[in-house]
Amino acid sequence: MQRIINDPTLVVEDMLKGFVKGHPDLIAPTDDPRVLKYKHAPVTGKVGIVTGGGSGHKPAFVGYIGRNMVDAVAVGEIFSSPSAQAFYNAFKAADSGNGVACLYGNYAGDNMNVKLARKMAEKDGIRVETVVANDDVPSAPSSERNKRRGVAGEVLMWKVGGAKAATGASLDEVISAAQKAIDNTRSVGVGLTPCTIPAVGKPNFTIEPGKMEMGIGHHGEPGVQVTDLKSANEIAEAMVSLILPDLPFESGDETVVLVSGLGATPVMELYILFNRVAELLDAKGISIYRPYVGNYFTSLEMMGATVTVMRLDDELKTLIDMEADSMGLTQFAGS
Amino acid sequence: MDTLSANTGRQILLAVVSAIQENAAYLSELDGATGDGDHGVNMNKGFTSFRNKLGDAPVTVSDGLSTLGSTLLTEIGGAMGPLYGTLFMAMGSACENESSITREIFADMLTNALNEVQDLGGAAVGDKTLLDTLVPALEAYKAALANDLSFADALRQMTAAAEAGKESTREMVAKLGRASRLGERSRGHLDAGATSCYLILNALATAMIAELS
Repeated sequence: MQRIINDPTLVVEDMLKGFVKGHPDLIAPTDDPRVLKYKHAPVTGKVGIVTGGGSGHKPAFVGYIGRNMVDAVAVGEIFSSPSAQAFYNAFKAADSGNGVACLYGNYAGDNMNVKLARKMAEKDGIRVETVVANDDVPSAPSSERNKRRGVAGEVLMWKVGGAKAATGASLDEVISAAQKAIDNTRSVGVGLTPCTIPAVGKPNFTIEPGKMEMGIGHHGEPGVQVTDLKSANEIAEAMVSLILPDLPFESGDETVVLVSGLGATPVMELYILFNRVAELLDAKGISIYRPYVGNYFTSLEMMGATVTVMRLDDELKTLIDMEADSMGLTQFAGS
Repeated sequence: MDTLSANTGRQILLAVVSAIQENAAYLSELDGATGDGDHGVNMNKGFTSFRNKLGDAPVTVSDGLSTLGSTLLTEIGGAMGPLYGTLFMAMGSACENESSITREIFADMLTNALNEVQDLGGAAVGDKTLLDTLVPALEAYKAALANDLSFADALRQMTAAAEAGKESTREMVAKLGRASRLGERSRGHLDAGATSCYLILNALATAMIAELS
């Protein structure tokens, strides 16, 4: 492994220490070493926004802690759900008495740990409601949307949920906005190389040189098709053709498009991919209200990218436009 | 020869810890075929942390099981932390305040564990999960009691059914958890969770049989 690490079993601990030191203006540690919070959380009068998940997806999840974004995050081992205790402690760190919206991705471990943590929080009188992201189109047919994984669309769910909470909205209103965000969001990933969990030491799946895997999950879950590696334009066409019919997106729709690298793909190439995605949407009469291109939700050192499209209405536009300050996403009002 | 003193917790829990520690690499290898390859690493971490908490002090069966459960819930996360954490806590709570554990109380412990795990995970037999070990193990144990077998023989029947149940996962297609993303490609591999469940039940039964009085 060509990696900058110390003890491979302590990469999460070492990373968290550096992350807290690296963002003193935004991040505060908590009594639970596996929970980080926004420096000003719990924010008085505001619904708390919590997420959590396995590590290895930087900036997700801790990178979205911040102003008008996420209040507290439960941190798991690499690609492994945080414990129920960590989710529970994150709820406590985020709750100002107005309840907590737990916005997370659809994975077996996260579902169980959040369920147990909610029971623990209920005993304390903390009300927790959830939205479970399931934007990854190739992970299950549309008839079984509840089985789909959550991927980079989670970033847009946090943006919308965080902004709604910042308006002073009630827990039910925050949940409703975040649910609407993910219901109108579809993603697809493509993988070009596998990735290695440091404590395991070797990749636990393979993508042969010269090949690519369309529809891959961001832990290496198998995709829908392994083919020869194609040009960026052809990759964009394959991804867009999986995404658009699924919602479906139609002529006249206004959208957010988020292109994220999976960790090792040069950012330059993300713009090459995005360029063609934008052309294809334009040709269909679908406009891009706001684009995001960069490493928003990665998968260790996997080469590849995800493309996410969210259909907007007036409420979602307002919430997407709100300024935000976090390590993973910073934007200014009016920009 | 047909009850287990509640004070044998230490011996019994240590046997379970050893079974996981000794098989950590094997469990990770099984998991690597269909998942992340970290099942043994995570289980070993949780069970070893419990071992350190246990220290040299004696413990009742109920307290030992409950502490193991809460340690797994608190410290290992993933899918296995909540499942095994819930399983052990449910077993522990079903024998709370009992000075000795009869074969009937052990049936209640297993039943409570199964109910809680099913409620949490939502899996069914045939989904290629630890339930494929746990469900037939409990059925065999209850059948043995219905036939008035001794506590030890009932535990032996339970272990045999757990092993057969574990082996049955080899030909199954995973329906839940990360391995389910593999669909047909998950066939031909033992499920890591079903295997660790067998190792745990086997270690429990063996240690319990040795301590029956």
